[in-house]
Amino acid sequence: MNVNANGAESMPGVGRKAVALISGGLDSMLAARTILEQGVHVEGINFFTGFCVEGHTHAIRRRANGGGANPRNNALWVAEQLGIQLHLIDVVEEYKRVVLNPKHGYGANLNPCLDCKTFMVGRAREWMEEHGFDFIITGEVIGQRPKSQRRETMPVVARESGADDRLLRPLCAKRLPPTLPEREGWVERDRLHDFTGRSRKPQFALAADFGIEDYAQPAGGCCFLTDRQYSSKLADLWKSRGRRDYELDDIMLLKVGRHLRPRPHFKVIVGREEGENNFLSGYRGQFVHLRTVSHPGPLVLVDVDGEPSDEDLHLAARLTARFSQGRDAEQVEVEIGGGGRRTQRLPVAPMAPSAIPSDWYV
Amino acid sequence: MARATLDARRLLCPLPVIRTQERVKGLAPGDTLEVTCTDPGALHDIPAWCRLNGHLVTGTAEDRPSHELVITIVVGGTPSK
Repeated sequence: MNVNANGAESMPGVGRKAVALISGGLDSMLAARTILEQGVHVEGINFFTGFCVEGHTHAIRRRANGGGANPRNNALWVAEQLGIQLHLIDVVEEYKRVVLNPKHGYGANLNPCLDCKTFMVGRAREWMEEHGFDFIITGEVIGQRPKSQRRETMPVVARESGADDRLLRPLCAKRLPPTLPEREGWVERDRLHDFTGRSRKPQFALAADFGIEDYAQPAGGCCFLTDRQYSSKLADLWKSRGRRDYELDDIMLLKVGRHLRPRPHFKVIVGREEGENNFLSGYRGQFVHLRTVSHPGPLVLVDVDGEPSDEDLHLAARLTARFSQGRDAEQVEVEIGGGGRRTQRLPVAPMAPSAIPSDWYV
Repeated sequence: MARATLDARRLLCPLPVIRTQERVKGLAPGDTLEVTCTDPGALHDIPAWCRLNGHLVTGTAEDRPSHELVITIVVGGTPSK
């Protein structure tokens, strides 16, 4: 480590600017902090793909947090902790080509992790060039992720993104060839790190060194596409439509509620709690929707190809009753509205749980 | 000073923040932006974004029946970082 005449650590990066991919997790936070320590001006960038767990519904945040009263967007929170600006960028449309046609294929589910990383670093490179920044930082660690963070894939991301040696991974840089910022002396290589593998201990130790005590540790990763159940719903969406495509509303709705497909041409989305019901209620203008009126119950949307038949609606009403507090009643009254139809009320017998085939659950 | 509005209802975070960010780009220091949203997370996220970017949140209001939240921002209301 270089120390100046006053005994303070040197700041070789003064005058240089780096853009850091900030996910909201610990690794990207530590990577940015490591470079900030060397005097580099760092600004964060966070991409909204539509699949981000970070950008998930508050309803689900509430559930995941056990009703916690202080939900937060972790990327914004990290930026505040680091004292850096954060640029949030909507890439929903551009990201479709990554999800629909990944050059490197999918991981265990519909997660195109390597293509995703390449895409994000590539977009960061464009941003860097547009804004006159010098290099890009990510929180990648060799061996941390089985698909996208392997020794073999590190150069692939650098090459295919066009970032090449302007891509610096401060947490594992010592295990990789020196990048331009290191060779040019914008950062000191010996103040970077050599983390590897899936263990989180080095990150926790570094966080402690930096005095960072609070950080997000999302158990399921940061992307819904790594989630088996979510991927199953997306695959079902494509299959039912006969084409691989989506709009933002489609993929947001896949995050919310129980999804049951009783018939090939329609499925129902059942709110599981108040927050989800509130969210789903915003779609009442676009979907046929049901709600129990004789008993408290969920809001249910009917996602149907064409017009639902009376039989479809009767089945949807019985499912709605099943998930209401009238599930044990002989009869539940269900109100059906939306979809340009006259609002009607339908008395139905709730469907017994045993009468719902397991393969209806998407 | 102009007063602008942004309808971010039904959008989930971080989209209300992203739309706010885009809208603010077209405004001048001292202008006021009133954002209407329905994701309660915006109550945390928009003020956090404003703190990072030197804007001032001057008010938040909630309409219970409609679940609508209104966040009022003064562009450049605090010294920019």
